Amino acid sequence: MSDATPHPESHSDASREHLAEVATTDAALELPPEQSGFGEGVIGEVLLDINGLSKSFGSVHANRDITLNVHRGEIVALLGENGAGKSTLVNQIFGLITPDSGTVSIKGDTTPIKDPRDAIHRGIGMVHQHFQLVPVMTVAENMMLGHETTRAGVVLDLDSARRMVRELSKKHGLVVDPDIEVDDLPVGTQQRVEILKALSRRVDLLILDEPTAVLTPQETDELLGVMRELANSGTSIVFITHKLREVLAVSDRVYVLRQGAVVGEVATKDTDATGLATMMVGREVVLSIDKTEATPGETVLEIEDLHVKDDRGLGAVNGFTLSVRAGEIVGVAGVEGNGQRELVESLAGMRKIVSGRMELGDVDLTKANPHRTHHAGVGHIPEDREKHGLVSSYSIADNLVLNEFDQPPYAKSGVRQFEAIRANAEKLREEFDIRSSGVLQSAGSLSGGNKQKVVVAREMSFTPKLLMAAQPTRGVDVGSIEFIHRRIVEARDAGAGVLLVSAELDEILSLSDRIAVVHGGAVVAEMDAKDADRTEIGRLMAGDH
Amino acid sequence: MTAWVAKNRTTLVVAAVVIVAAYVFYYAKNDIAPSMFGAAWGYAIPLVLAALVGVIGERSGVVNIGIEGQMLLAAFAGFFAAAFSGSMIVGILAGVGTGLLAGGFLAWTTVRWRMDQIIAGVVLNIVATGLTSFYLVSGKILPGVIPNIEVPVLSAIPLIGDVFFSGRSAIALVAIIAAVTVHLALFHSRWGLRTRAVGEYPSAADTAGINVERLRLVNVTIAGSLAGLAGVYLSMDASSSFERGMTAGRGFLALAIMIMGAWRPLRAFAMALFFGFVNAVASQLQQTGGVSIPPQLTGTLPYVATLVVLAVAAGRVRAPGAVGQPYVKKDQ
Repeated sequence: MSDATPHPESHSDASREHLAEVATTDAALELPPEQSGFGEGVIGEVLLDINGLSKSFGSVHANRDITLNVHRGEIVALLGENGAGKSTLVNQIFGLITPDSGTVSIKGDTTPIKDPRDAIHRGIGMVHQHFQLVPVMTVAENMMLGHETTRAGVVLDLDSARRMVRELSKKHGLVVDPDIEVDDLPVGTQQRVEILKALSRRVDLLILDEPTAVLTPQETDELLGVMRELANSGTSIVFITHKLREVLAVSDRVYVLRQGAVVGEVATKDTDATGLATMMVGREVVLSIDKTEATPGETVLEIEDLHVKDDRGLGAVNGFTLSVRAGEIVGVAGVEGNGQRELVESLAGMRKIVSGRMELGDVDLTKANPHRTHHAGVGHIPEDREKHGLVSSYSIADNLVLNEFDQPPYAKSGVRQFEAIRANAEKLREEFDIRSSGVLQSAGSLSGGNKQKVVVAREMSFTPKLLMAAQPTRGVDVGSIEFIHRRIVEARDAGAGVLLVSAELDEILSLSDRIAVVHGGAVVAEMDAKDADRTEIGRLMAGDH
Repeated sequence: MTAWVAKNRTTLVVAAVVIVAAYVFYYAKNDIAPSMFGAAWGYAIPLVLAALVGVIGERSGVVNIGIEGQMLLAAFAGFFAAAFSGSMIVGILAGVGTGLLAGGFLAWTTVRWRMDQIIAGVVLNIVATGLTSFYLVSGKILPGVIPNIEVPVLSAIPLIGDVFFSGRSAIALVAIIAAVTVHLALFHSRWGLRTRAVGEYPSAADTAGINVERLRLVNVTIAGSLAGLAGVYLSMDASSSFERGMTAGRGFLALAIMIMGAWRPLRAFAMALFFGFVNAVASQLQQTGGVSIPPQLTGTLPYVATLVVLAVAAGRVRAPGAVGQPYVKKDQ
């Protein structure tokens, strides 16, 4: 922590001052290779030098006066909450967004980067958060797109593209079949294709925008290994993430962004998770959740041999059996797409089931609709809050009574009672720390974290018997994550059974009292959270059981 | 090669069966078959050209429901340019040029101004109907005919030679060449790979350094020339007159053919032929007095066939992923 540069307040004057300081002492700070964060890498001269970069969209300052640099062979992590401006920053390096002011210099060349073609030409490769692959084309076709080799000037030379894929695969140890369509590949492999695509051009600087968001723990570890090897062979890497564990595992240096500005820069070896989190949110964050031993009561939810189909009519939930007792948090761990969504949707009454039993106490949920499940006592924090959690054009106040709007005190004889609605909203806004200009502000204009707090507030305020939380902190900033986690534990302590579905293993591990691992739409293992082992769960999640 | 055969097995089997059946019919019913095949291809020519316009547009991500209007404008411009100038060449050039201009209009409004693609197409159709009715002059005749071309060697092949390579105008030959060329270009050239990428997933093309907007503009505009040629065929080749609304829905039919052909040029070509043949069967049924089917009923045959094929095809084919969506860069 000694060399870390946390800034307690987000406001710019102090941080600018400090940045100037960082900039001037930077040359002196340059570390000899053996002292660099990770050890093995040989870190060379400055490759990328960004100076005073700013970009606004309308009245939003996405990037404010950003100054940073990346050395050859170095892995630099850009850490920040959602909306901190990380993606905007790297999109400017890659020529997708034109800066309002400031310079991006690559190998000392400060000519503005016109477009991606220009960026690629100058040795920058980028793996985007949303894969930039044409799904219906083969790996080889995707590889050659944009810099095709041809025979006789016109005919596509697919053979040379295949050869290129095989050679690159071999060189970097990333195996992939060149003739398979991207659509048919699992996400982890698609990402491999993206990385190979970037490497197929001469790449000095590789930008990875949230590369681990879609990966299993094993795939993530594999990726981190690949990154390290690339860096060791002289490629610089800029790595965007909001997962502290990954930053600490692989990076040499970290820049922390908050509200569009760099608020701290630190060598990875000199910091730890708490230090980084503090810089991200500007105050101390409790990363591990304080919770007492669970005191489970009677069973509130009983699911037996549940079968549910997905949108394509294929079996998604296949013989799922699980029970949740009052006063305990049961975490459902699994790679996304193993039936979790369909499970939650059927419990919420949003999806028809094929067969099986779902009971909430003595209420049968198998034929219920969302209205009935709510009144039976199920609180539901849906996975997709934009689609199923909120009506973005409605006010915060209206969103807070979405499932009770026709009940007293919010309505009397079919007439809405605005005083009661408003009072409820004021109370919940206070209690759940929803940051807004007022309760009549539209929900759509809130940030991700505050939107989620609106949903959480609504679903918890009626003291549910069962709280279903699906990906409750997805796309939510660290501060709000902490808050939401605390509220979930409080709901448990108040006697609710909690079913937590999350793709974040860390979240499952820190919140749950009991863990059920799903794969292929069924529970493949159940364990007490105390005995849970990260590697073991990862293995089970990957279908190895 | 073997992989290619394995991948296209169904198509190859179907094609073989159809070809064998056609030859059997050709030799068994030698009295009516030649004229029926001839009529089928005659009907299919403008449909092939128009379907190619649709394929190129949608493969680039732009829906073109204005093909009908493009054809009508070109038919009009071609006919009257030839009639007033006294030169067939001027007429053909005017028709193709008009097709290009109409394509350019559609491209500019939908790609550059990001106007709704359906609305732009509807505008084009309405404008075409209005303009060509308003400025219609009666009593004009063409100064000549588009010469027929006899292709050496190929015309000697039984059936295929008779239908496609002899006694047909240059436009018919261009339609065949265009279908083959667009197919090869779409699947085996740099342009094709980029066009498909732009129509499927434009941001992937953009990040690979391809200018999405420019490629779409160029493709939709150039495709307009094929619509122009289809129009010219209608007013200057198939008939020697321009009539109000003479495209008679062929532009929309071409879109159905494009879908039935799974957005692939050669399959669309085959589907246009199929449609032409059903049409020929319908008129044959009307002519042979022996059958007591009301002509209104036989006349619906082509449309019923389209409906059936479309219904079968609907679940099996998929449109290019980005069709109908203007591409907006991150920055804008």
